[in-house]
Amino acid sequence: MEINKDLVAASSTPLVLAILADEESYGYAILKRVRELSRGNMEWTDGMLYPVLHRLERLGHIEARWVVPESGRRRKYYRITSRGRTQLAEERRQWQAVDATLRGIWSALSIPVFAGPIVPVAQGA
Amino acid sequence: MVASDQAMQLEAQIEQWRSYLRRRQAIHSNDVEELEDHLREQVAALVDAKLSVDEAFLVAVKRIGALDRLSREFAREHSERLWKQLVMSPVAGGESEASTRREAVVAFCLAAVAALAVKVPELFGLTLGEDFGFYGRNLSLFVLPLLTGYFAWKRGSDTATLGWLAAAFVAAAVFANAWPHSPGGSTEALTVLHLPIALWLLVGIAYAGGRWGEVGGRMDFIRFSGELFIYYVLIALGGMVLSLFMMAMFQAIGIDMEPYFERWMLPCGALGAIVIASWLVEAKQSVVENMAPVLTRLFTPLFAIVLLAFLATMTWTGRGVEFHRDILIAFDLLLVIVLGLLLYSISARDPHAPPNAFDVMQVVLVISALLADAVALWAIAARISEFGFTPNRVAALGENVILLVNLAGSAVLYVRFLRGRGAFGGLERWQTAYLPVYAGWAAIVVVAFPPLFGYI
Repeated sequence: MEINKDLVAASSTPLVLAILADEESYGYAILKRVRELSRGNMEWTDGMLYPVLHRLERLGHIEARWVVPESGRRRKYYRITSRGRTQLAEERRQWQAVDATLRGIWSALSIPVFAGPIVPVAQGA
Repeated sequence: MVASDQAMQLEAQIEQWRSYLRRRQAIHSNDVEELEDHLREQVAALVDAKLSVDEAFLVAVKRIGALDRLSREFAREHSERLWKQLVMSPVAGGESEASTRREAVVAFCLAAVAALAVKVPELFGLTLGEDFGFYGRNLSLFVLPLLTGYFAWKRGSDTATLGWLAAAFVAAAVFANAWPHSPGGSTEALTVLHLPIALWLLVGIAYAGGRWGEVGGRMDFIRFSGELFIYYVLIALGGMVLSLFMMAMFQAIGIDMEPYFERWMLPCGALGAIVIASWLVEAKQSVVENMAPVLTRLFTPLFAIVLLAFLATMTWTGRGVEFHRDILIAFDLLLVIVLGLLLYSISARDPHAPPNAFDVMQVVLVISALLADAVALWAIAARISEFGFTPNRVAALGENVILLVNLAGSAVLYVRFLRGRGAFGGLERWQTAYLPVYAGWAAIVVVAFPPLFGYI
């Protein structure tokens, strides 16, 4: 299933913040996590994650540092800041409000909507 | 053997991909490194999933995304990296050459119009030598509407914005000329000095196009203003050398060129050069792009040392600031310079870089300027009632307060940034949000001061 571009863009901030709230991480691992969490339903163009990360960094929601492993190439790790946690809480409240509204509509809707087996998330309450 | 061959081939392919990426001005080498790390890990994961190295590379590159789109996304996030690409039409090849030429033609025509506009009042009997007040008050009105028009044309502004800008210029012309200033009085001199500051905001709105509401758009305008200033000084120096040569050479054959110089070359050249310099900044700015940051790097420590020495001497000797006519103006200029150093180091700074020694120096500079100014204001406040409120003093005092508030806010944000409590973006936002304040105060001085102080 292809998710609309605007939805992907809008959900990128809470997704990235939530993943980083768990633990410090880097680009590839964040994308992998998104793929797992969405069971492959959310396909980002990989490169587009980085401008998102840089924006969050500029806003002070996350901070970055370069880590050089014993052997090998250096890698940029991101971790959430306290301001980022506040933002995440705020995003969460907003998304929950949207979600609740949509759930209300789905259950009130008389026409049955076919929800494919690959998207159990969309079946509603 | 086969494996090492493949590995070498992969390295070559990655190298090529990297070189494509490096050509994009919006993507810095750090970002290239980050993306390359991603690419390598993706390739490794795909190879683990039994793809051949070649296939894995292709899939991984495809997943990263088309370079054009990627670099556009980076550009949107990091507008400071390629502001010129963003503001100049991003067309490629022969088309861009044609548009560059068209722009040059338009710029030169507008410069010629500005140069001639200043001579038009002479047709109505107003000469530069005698009606100095008229020319002084209207100087900015000869050229800034043209410059605004140039940017409005380049950015393709909508008609509503054009209407507002035109209305603002008409209002400015009315206020510059309607008040019955006493010739050579101080309210007239204040109008001469403040009208260009107020009108410069209109140029900024046209310059930023639709991006005036964004921090990035205003920051670009600040950069543009600095580069324009540098270009203008260079052109003025060249013009001076040219004029001196011309006069000396004609002197040799017994012809005095000075009247011609004063009546034509100086006024026409000075106004036309503003349009030309603006066009140059747009077209060729990479030449001096790094000049403002270099100058700020050089002078920030020097100014900080001078200010610290001033403060130390004052405490040591116990001397107070003496109140005299120009003291406020001197301290205003000091704050303007400190603000300039701050602004241009902000505009050139990579917002993501962690705090460094130069940032500390910057804070020292700002705080010492604040202290020096506070001392001066204290001295002035204590005695201003004795000397009375003249329009000059009120204007200078207002400017001092405006600059003081700006620098105090900057100092707080900068210290927060240094202590890791805030992002650098906060400082940028503060500076760009403050731009209308200067223009607002300048407009008040032009519009309200003459009637308030009885046109003296």
